[in-house]
Amino acid sequence: MQISDLDLRIWRGDGAGGELISYRVPVREGMVVLDAVLWVQANLASDLAVRWNCKAAKCGSCSAEIDGFPRLMCKSPIAEYGEQVTVRPMKAFPLIKDLVTDVAWNYEVNKQIPPFTPSEKDVSSSEPWRMHQKDVDRAIEFRKCIECFLCQDVCHVISNHNGKDVFYGPRFMARIASLEMHPKDTLDRRPLLEGKAGVGYCNITKCCTEVCPEHIKITDNAIIPLKERMDDAYFDPVRWALQRLGGGQERDAEK
Amino acid sequence: MSRAAYETVETDVLVLGAGGAGLRGAIAAAESGARVLVVCKSLLGKAHTVMAEGGVAAALHNVAYQDTWEVHFADTMKGGKLINDWRMAEIHAKESPERVLELERWGAVFDRTWQGRIHQRPFGAHTYPRLAHIGDRTGLELLRTLQDRAVHTNGVNVHMEVTVFKLLKAEGRIAGALAYRRSDGSLILYRCAALLLASGGAGKMYRVTSNSWECTGDGTALAYDAGAQLRDMEMVQFHPTGMVWPAGVRGILVTEGVRGEGGVLRNKDGERFMERYDVERMELSSRDIVARAINSEVNSGRGSPHGGVFLDITHRKPDYIKRKLPSMYEQFLKLAKVDITKHPMEVAPTIHYAMGGVRVDPETGASTVPGLYAAGEVAGGLHGANRLGGNSLSDLLVFGKRAGEGAAAAASSSSASARAKLDQREIEDAIAELMAPLDRPAGENPYQLQVEIQETMSKYAPIVRDGPGLESGLDKILELGGRAKTCGTGGSPTLAFNPGWHTANDLHSMLVNAEALLRSALDRKESRGAHARSDFPKTDPQLDDVNFIAEKSPDGMFVGPQRRLELPGHLADVLHHSYARFTPEERE
Repeated sequence: MQISDLDLRIWRGDGAGGELISYRVPVREGMVVLDAVLWVQANLASDLAVRWNCKAAKCGSCSAEIDGFPRLMCKSPIAEYGEQVTVRPMKAFPLIKDLVTDVAWNYEVNKQIPPFTPSEKDVSSSEPWRMHQKDVDRAIEFRKCIECFLCQDVCHVISNHNGKDVFYGPRFMARIASLEMHPKDTLDRRPLLEGKAGVGYCNITKCCTEVCPEHIKITDNAIIPLKERMDDAYFDPVRWALQRLGGGQERDAEK
Repeated sequence: MSRAAYETVETDVLVLGAGGAGLRGAIAAAESGARVLVVCKSLLGKAHTVMAEGGVAAALHNVAYQDTWEVHFADTMKGGKLINDWRMAEIHAKESPERVLELERWGAVFDRTWQGRIHQRPFGAHTYPRLAHIGDRTGLELLRTLQDRAVHTNGVNVHMEVTVFKLLKAEGRIAGALAYRRSDGSLILYRCAALLLASGGAGKMYRVTSNSWECTGDGTALAYDAGAQLRDMEMVQFHPTGMVWPAGVRGILVTEGVRGEGGVLRNKDGERFMERYDVERMELSSRDIVARAINSEVNSGRGSPHGGVFLDITHRKPDYIKRKLPSMYEQFLKLAKVDITKHPMEVAPTIHYAMGGVRVDPETGASTVPGLYAAGEVAGGLHGANRLGGNSLSDLLVFGKRAGEGAAAAASSSSASARAKLDQREIEDAIAELMAPLDRPAGENPYQLQVEIQETMSKYAPIVRDGPGLESGLDKILELGGRAKTCGTGGSPTLAFNPGWHTANDLHSMLVNAEALLRSALDRKESRGAHARSDFPKTDPQLDDVNFIAEKSPDGMFVGPQRRLELPGHLADVLHHSYARFTPEERE
């Protein structure tokens, strides 16, 4: 059921250098870019390095830049492109080989985020917790994240300014938001947000939201509310005074 | 540095696999005081657990107050056509509610009932709505929660993108493993006091599969080579609903949650054909029955244009579908250009799950080899001849924890030591074997061999099998086994992230699983659950208490029957009690 030929140009090489190599791939109906890349691997270039797992846009392994745009290869039908497609590795991370990059930095960042912390009362309670759908819905959006790191790849702070030491990136803003908005979490991560996580570095270009395969509104629903929280805490004197009077001392004391 | 040089890494408990069972096991082992090292073939968080969509089965009785562990136990045993390890089924049914609630306390977010409890959806062959879920992404939620818990648990370390090639023993106990880093082919010798296999299934040995490249049955093969017994290897599950069109996406899973939310199956004449196969449970019959029903509709010429049947959820409101089945909506819209709120899906069976696996002790997950433990899909027993949807996620929570504790206890016992003396010769031989494909530039292409294995299994061990076909399949697999021993890497001798070389090394695992499947299927001369034979279409009551065990012998693979302990009276009562339900098998 071959319908045409595709000129698939894949970046081949390692940290030391490389080039785009052109492969002719027979196209079948419904083929996605990942199928074409795996066809090349099985038939023309057995040592072509590429990550993939579920092939169903659920694991976030096969991230790459397709015709310059960060996407999941398993979710990019060939039919959306012309007779030529160019696939390059994500550029925000050190290259290992071909389409495989070293994304270890993301795992290190994740370790630095204090985990979910319920209250002592909730921990010691023997009853199953009660939470309502409308309260969990806000956190649920961010928990859809499949950690493809495309948002990290496209982020100006990380990619263009190599700001990995000042900004955790959109993925981890969403992660922090999912914890902060969990109805049972009690920890205040504002000191982290203001400090190492660097929420202030985001200048709201929304590129991350644009590339998110899970359609998480990272900027609008995670980063902006987190920025607003910072503003509330640091620049709203009325609220600050009320918090002091109303028993908000514990939170402030952490700062 | 020489290719044969290796780094030595020591730990108490080595865990193979970072899916749900591996991570739950790692947490449990570390909480028991062991140093734990998790080794996985992919990146952390990418394990096949994310493909579990529909939910996790636990008798929380939040939706149906009548639900109890007893009903869950009976459903699991009946679904497994009685050849389950009954003690595993009992433990699983009793402990899964606790494990799910524990997950919630670790930060997992489930969909809620109107009273604010964990919501539960109906699923195939579960008597009551039982599956705790979050939309159709339950596996991801579970994996992410365990991942975050594990990385924040003291004593747990993770080595990503490392493949274990051989298990090593000292004085009859597991004492280590030889592995290579996928990124650069460098070698690691792990020394451990106990090892937990949590490496998942072997679905990649079939052509049309919901499984990823990783699912090559490594754990079962490693255990087999180390002398462990495997059980029920003939039992592989075809999930009734995989995508069929376009060709590029064939096999991708369509969650049973669609049927759980009310989706109906129709053939090309618009007939709701499940009426003819299981009138009581209809679409929510057990997976083996629904898969065979779809198979016979297609074979009788009543299939859809692309060789499947129609799965229709359009009678539900679009908003409801998008909320409850968001990733299905997205998957069909993007990959098949079908809006499932307006049009039916085309679906057909796809290989999904291995019920069989390493034979384990129900209490501790111990295999028949000292120091070797197994949990999750790689272990056999809980699911018998057919797994119920949702029971895999609860399986890996319940038995991941138990096996992690089991392995930690073994690691701290006086006889176990990460410093046991390993056989240096064995290590060198294994390294030579691992490196050999790189030195065979003219050797056969491993991808081609993999395709031949897949085509052999799809042709000779399909959804309905027969003796002569299984014989032919076995001949072919043995022939491929011979060819795999001399295969190359597809041309490239590089150690740097070379998937051709990795594939060459995965072939052995796939072949062990395939051979065990074919041999056990030949010996089971009846039809039961996922194992259907056209030459023995009836269930043989004589085999009710028989499992087929595969193990390594000096003459190759030996497969033989083994009788189980009789179901104790109190569990027989539980099972008997709920047998009032009707299923087509019982009618036969």
